[in-house]
Amino acid sequence: MKHKTKPKLAVWKFASCDGCQLSLLDCEDELLAVTGAVEIANFPEASRAVSKGPYDISLVEGSITTPHDAERIHRVRRQSKILISIGACATAGGIQALRNFRNMKELVSAVYASPEYIETLAKSTPIADHVFVDYELRGCPINKFQLLEIVNALLNGRKPNIPSYSVCIECKRRGIVCGLVAVGPPCLGPVTQAGCNALCPSFHRGCFGCYGPKEACNPGSLTARWQAGGMTDAELLRLFRSFNATAESFRKESEVHET
Amino acid sequence: MKRRTIRVDYLARVEGEGSLYLRIQKGTVTEAKFRIFEPPRFFEGFLRGRNFAEAPDITARICGICPVAYQMSSVHAMEQALGMTVDGQLRELRRLLYCGEWIESHVLHIYFLHAPDFLGYQDAIRMAKDHGETVQTALRLKKIGNEIMTIVGGREIHPVNVRVGGFYRLPSTAELQTLIKKLEWARETALDAVRWTASLPFPDFEQDYEFVSLRHPEEYPLNEGRVVSSKGVDIPVREYESYFIEEHVRHSHALASTIKDRGPYFVGPLARYNLNFDKLGETAQKAAIGAGLAQKCQNPFKSIVVRAVELVYACEEALRIIRGYKPPAAPFVAASPRAGAGMGCTEAPRGILYHRYRIDQDGSILEAKIVPPTAQNQKMIESDLRNYAARHLDLSDDTLTWQCEQAVRNYDPCISCATHFLKVRIDRD
Repeated sequence: MKHKTKPKLAVWKFASCDGCQLSLLDCEDELLAVTGAVEIANFPEASRAVSKGPYDISLVEGSITTPHDAERIHRVRRQSKILISIGACATAGGIQALRNFRNMKELVSAVYASPEYIETLAKSTPIADHVFVDYELRGCPINKFQLLEIVNALLNGRKPNIPSYSVCIECKRRGIVCGLVAVGPPCLGPVTQAGCNALCPSFHRGCFGCYGPKEACNPGSLTARWQAGGMTDAELLRLFRSFNATAESFRKESEVHET
Repeated sequence: MKRRTIRVDYLARVEGEGSLYLRIQKGTVTEAKFRIFEPPRFFEGFLRGRNFAEAPDITARICGICPVAYQMSSVHAMEQALGMTVDGQLRELRRLLYCGEWIESHVLHIYFLHAPDFLGYQDAIRMAKDHGETVQTALRLKKIGNEIMTIVGGREIHPVNVRVGGFYRLPSTAELQTLIKKLEWARETALDAVRWTASLPFPDFEQDYEFVSLRHPEEYPLNEGRVVSSKGVDIPVREYESYFIEEHVRHSHALASTIKDRGPYFVGPLARYNLNFDKLGETAQKAAIGAGLAQKCQNPFKSIVVRAVELVYACEEALRIIRGYKPPAAPFVAASPRAGAGMGCTEAPRGILYHRYRIDQDGSILEAKIVPPTAQNQKMIESDLRNYAARHLDLSDDTLTWQCEQAVRNYDPCISCATHFLKVRIDRD
């Protein structure tokens, strides 16, 4: 086979816990195959070496929370042919977007003794609020097999197979007894995008929505039932306000329960 | 002599964003800064008003590398606030989950983040071209740590199965037994890792550190113990804040810790090893001594060998727990809210992680304080950089920069944690 230049893969970090990019290193069985197929051109968590852009695929982890990062993401976009935002921070602002509902000054003072040293934006925002995003991978953290699927599909010029149905579909497929019906704890499965293979229900707990809202979901009809069953506004507010708090339909639903 | 600046604007092979800056004037290191510029995320701020039961899931998101540490410190703190104890097999399962995280995190650091420095590679992928079998073996070893986390915790990153009081679902005996053969292989491989890491070239660099770790009367510390130091601290966790203080320095988004009236201290595997060698068990002790590691070790570069020794321990401990596992009657002890305060301190792979919460009678969090290991090591890292660079000023900027990076990586800094942190820059005059 003739030598051809390998496509360049870059990994970029914004405000995040590093868990989603760790997913790539957690592909123990596939990592060396991946590095055989692409050149890891920029991945500071794994390598000192950096090769210049442009990059064929950029994986972007984290949300935009500082003026510096709001500029940096544009530089990343300019150097990237395909930009994939990975994880709840990059696709919905992440847990740190809870600040969007709070007074920033109070928050900074609650954590830091000298708030004047801290430069930060009032809101944590997803990557797509700043630049065009080609693909999104949901989850807190992402599913590493979805990551492999998307990279594999792009390398082979096909459309990635990332389902957009709800967690309920995965749950039914696994034959798990429906906790929502049979047990009664709040489960966000009906309004949450699949990808985890119904992990929480398989561990006897309700889904807490870490893959974010599925498209065209109707959280209002769920919460109406739960309220009839005695759940309080405060509980519902917390339920929708976690790792994907600023994803539109979760945000809207949480605002209904603001008191 | 000209002014030299050694700087690394974005330190690689660490978790999170940080930088290193050294200024050298007239042959003296005048400034050494380990800067944490990871954007702050204000966890302690937005934990206020959340329910006590949410703490393990929320705080796990501080760090994707050591989520179990956050889950463990938070559940212990909450259980103290609620006046409950979790023991027996539930306590054992927590240790097992933690062993999984130690194995995964230590293997990642030994082979993928640190070893390339000793062998002169930019990364483990390049290292794999000459050391293919070593890297393959490391991946297999890492995967076993992740399998423990998946069986006990649900997934390797941000496990879903941990709750205040215990777990949501108990693993079955059959599920755990699938790990036995793998862990037996892992223990033997970890013994090879001790020999292999001990054969790496180490700079001669010993410092008079104050090591701080947990210490437990019966076991190598993971979840519980007193906070002890090599210079006389010996206190219950609840007195932590009377001895250890945090300071907000201008160059960093992490709060840097010191021991009151004394200064910087050292947490992590090397500290645990120095303070708890007697609790390592015979296999790990013999492996350490056989590899030429004394019972006391003051050379931070040898932390890579100590991580391998702890890897042996974690595999043995996981095997012990699995072999003795009898599923308890219930997966958790029920928690009911009451007003109170609680402190939890556990041994994350990179050192002690302290949590304190105050909650009201409805279980709402009124106040949260989290002190991650890397914030505690920050000043010690700066001190190492200053002392190490001072002895090696004859090196070229490139070599000195790389060795300074390596000196930082001795601590396996986790910057995502510390910000609640790394670039290297050296300035020479």
